[in-house]
Amino acid sequence: MFSIPTFLESFGPLAMAARFTLLVSGLGIALGLVIGALVCACALSKSRGLRRFAAIWVSFLRGVPLLVQLLLMYYLLPVVGISIPALAAAVITVGICASAYISEIWRGAIGALPPGQSEAAEAIGMAPGTIWTRIVLPQAVVMSLPALVNELILLVKASSLVSMVGIMEVTRASQAQAATTFRPLEVYLAAACIYLAINLCLAGIGRWLEHKAAV
Amino acid sequence: MVQASSVEIRKVNKFYGPFQALTDIDLSIPPGKVTCLIGPSGSGKSTLLRCINFLEEYDSGEVLIDGQMIGYDAPGKKMSGRKLREMRRGIGMVFQQFNLWPHMTAQENVAEGLIRVRGLPKAEAASRAAEALRKVGLADRMANHPARLSGGQQQRVAIARAIAMEPKLMLFDEPTSALDPELVGEVLTVMKTLASEGMTMVVVTHEMGFAAHVADQVAFMEAGELVAVDAPSRILHQPEDARIQSFLRTYHERNAF
Ligand SMILES: Nc1ncnc2c1ncn2[C@@H]1O[C@H](COP(=O)(O)OP(=O)(O)OP(=O)(O)O)[C@@H](O)[C@H]1O
Ligand SMILES: [Mg+2]
Repeated sequence: MFSIPTFLESFGPLAMAARFTLLVSGLGIALGLVIGALVCACALSKSRGLRRFAAIWVSFLRGVPLLVQLLLMYYLLPVVGISIPALAAAVITVGICASAYISEIWRGAIGALPPGQSEAAEAIGMAPGTIWTRIVLPQAVVMSLPALVNELILLVKASSLVSMVGIMEVTRASQAQAATTFRPLEVYLAAACIYLAINLCLAGIGRWLEHKAAV
Repeated sequence: MVQASSVEIRKVNKFYGPFQALTDIDLSIPPGKVTCLIGPSGSGKSTLLRCINFLEEYDSGEVLIDGQMIGYDAPGKKMSGRKLREMRRGIGMVFQQFNLWPHMTAQENVAEGLIRVRGLPKAEAASRAAEALRKVGLADRMANHPARLSGGQQQRVAIARAIAMEPKLMLFDEPTSALDPELVGEVLTVMKTLASEGMTMVVVTHEMGFAAHVADQVAFMEAGELVAVDAPSRILHQPEDARIQSFLRTYHERNAF
């Protein structure tokens, strides 16, 4: 029999754990946006070395599963003598991983701009930096919004992987809860509801932003 | 009367890899006159036009604006970006696809260069932009984004964006080719007004009527070469060169029904 009280009671501890899910994915995406912008700048730069670096960065981070990256980071840091909390290591790893996807999203959005957009600016004598900040980036950011929201939703779900390095986020908390209550179905259903609620909110915010940015 | 530039094109060559897009082009564009560039597709009209503001880099020869070479300080020695931008400020360009910035209103499109390139205060830029838009007949469309304007209106905004910078030379690359036939007239009218004010204009066009009635000289290009430059009547009505005759025959066949 499905126990509705157990189902409802699971929300308490799982909501506490959701803070870590939000923390890891929120900080992860923030870090990913910053690093992603830098990697994208490398990918588009005139220097061949920087372009090469960006290509390697992207293919490594997209080619290796996030779980393996988390474990690598977890075991690598002590070896090189760096000791930081597991949570920080997890956020950094998630951010670095996201940066690869985000840099590709931005590169794609910038590449999709018709060349005439910057040519029109060049033709009136606008400086390259101004062209970037006034013409290219405002359009590229708007164009990339749907893909960025998608990436953020993927990240919220992927954050369940950080449970493997001992962080008590929603997935790990529900495993623990299931073990103590012997009611896995109720607990995991509650966990599903929490993930769904977070991601529906994100999708809604994304749509609202797109709507606001559209002219 | 606007102050008008002259353009002197001498022995210009341009390659795309092994493909030669322009061969030894010589062309004099006198100040205050309208020069139309015509010729078949792929003949190098756009390439030549874009060499004049150095959006396209020519490989050898010279393009002189009022006697000053654009793009190079000396043959083979590139000019600094700052100097090139300085020269470009005096040259307006209008594109086939308008190339308006979609995230800005008509007025913002026109004011952008005044603020970011000429360094005018925002309020003054806005009022000058409004004036330029009035001049092209769009006083009531200033707050519209490009997506909310017809093709003809968009192209007029693009012209306003160029003239607001007070250029001494205007380049047009098939400004009416992307327009529905009923919208061509409004753009040509604005261009005629500019011509009558004494602006130096170089116009790549397939509008033979415009070339016949507005141009002071017509240059015919084919396969990267400048075949002939002459008065419009001599090119369009009594061409001597067989290539021009054949081009005009095709043109008339396409426009007959
Ligand atoms: N970026 C480029 N790379 C390689 N070839 C090019 C490039 N741009 C133009 N060309 C070639 O140079 C030639 C001249 O092109 P251009 O665009 O100047 O022709 P056009 O006379 O303007 O033609 P249209 O009437 O179709 O606009 C064409 O054969 C074209 O294929
Ligand atoms: Mg062309």
